[in-house]
Amino acid sequence: MSKTQHIGATLKAGLWQRIPPFRLVLGLCPSLAITTSAENGLGMGLALAFVVTLSNGIISSLRNVIPGKVRIASYIVIIATLVSIVEIVMKAFFFPLSEQLGIYIPLIVVNCIVLGRAEGFASKNPPLISMADGISIGVGYTLSLTLIGSIRELLGSGSWFGLRVFGESFEPLAFLILAPGAFITIGILLGLQNLFSRWRGEKFIQS
Amino acid sequence: MDLFYLAISSTFVNNILLAQYLGHCPFLGVSKRIGTALGMAAAIIFVTILSAIFTWSTFTYVLRPYGLEFLQTLTFILIIASLVQLVEIILKKKSKALYNALGVYLALITTNCAVMGVALLITRKELGFIEMLVFAIASSVGYALALLLFAGHRERLQISAIPKSMQGTAIALVTAGIMSLAFIGFRGMAA
Repeated sequence: MSKTQHIGATLKAGLWQRIPPFRLVLGLCPSLAITTSAENGLGMGLALAFVVTLSNGIISSLRNVIPGKVRIASYIVIIATLVSIVEIVMKAFFFPLSEQLGIYIPLIVVNCIVLGRAEGFASKNPPLISMADGISIGVGYTLSLTLIGSIRELLGSGSWFGLRVFGESFEPLAFLILAPGAFITIGILLGLQNLFSRWRGEKFIQS
Repeated sequence: MDLFYLAISSTFVNNILLAQYLGHCPFLGVSKRIGTALGMAAAIIFVTILSAIFTWSTFTYVLRPYGLEFLQTLTFILIIASLVQLVEIILKKKSKALYNALGVYLALITTNCAVMGVALLITRKELGFIEMLVFAIASSVGYALALLLFAGHRERLQISAIPKSMQGTAIALVTAGIMSLAFIGFRGMAA
């Protein structure tokens, strides 16, 4: 496989084959917690995409320098630095959104996706392709979070990105905005994705 | 009385797992058997309380007096990571039995957002020392409670007939949703 094809395949993998949090069951906490509206989902997804792309790039450039024994600690320091940057930038330019996302922005540090990609991909591959992987996982995560947020916002409060969609007569299912709605929405979406994969005859159904 | 309210509200009403959504990776990962869930729960209670004490002290006596709040994320994760390492080394030396019981879960805790989440929530709520201690204990006990209850459910799920597409994580999430619905019932008790 040529190099460009390889990068193309990596870019595509994050959108379906490895799409978090459905295929790659990592990073569930923010996907449950902040997806009460489509806007929050989009913001969180973009913040994570930024961190995972840059951390993959940096870690993969340093992969021959970092000693094996302290690699996890070094990864965490790199990731924490990037997360602090995101946190400060969001507070400066998107203050309402950063208040909404609350502690889940600093918690990107312990988001398993970032560390998982660092350990599983960036530590073994050259920088360019690692960044491609970061972009693809990040975009996949953004899409999933926006989708979950849209479903919960549409049915739970009858709006989308803050705009009212349904008329006055629509009675919102308030329970979707609360904690249980998050679990059930993601569970059902995961089931539907499995169903679709089985119908297409794909082979990567998780146990 | 306030401390009692704080304890009840952080164990049941704002259950860290089912209402605050923190620490889900181990929640889905190790909840397949009650035995492993018990080990994880013990390790979490232990590390959460210790790390809450250390991060609170660092934040109150070092970061805030010098106006270094923006270093919070970086400091906290370093404290938690080194604390987990330290606990691991000490346990290995002093109490082999407990070390073997906790096993690999101890190392996994570094990336458990419940530990970091409790530390961050404490600084956000600006709690004092005693309140911080109560909050950390109550939250981690709440986590352990939810984890054990859920592990019990999952053991039953393994022997039930579930549609193929819903097996595994999908049905686990829906089950967690129903459990979370039950925990909402505690809302009337304390805000």
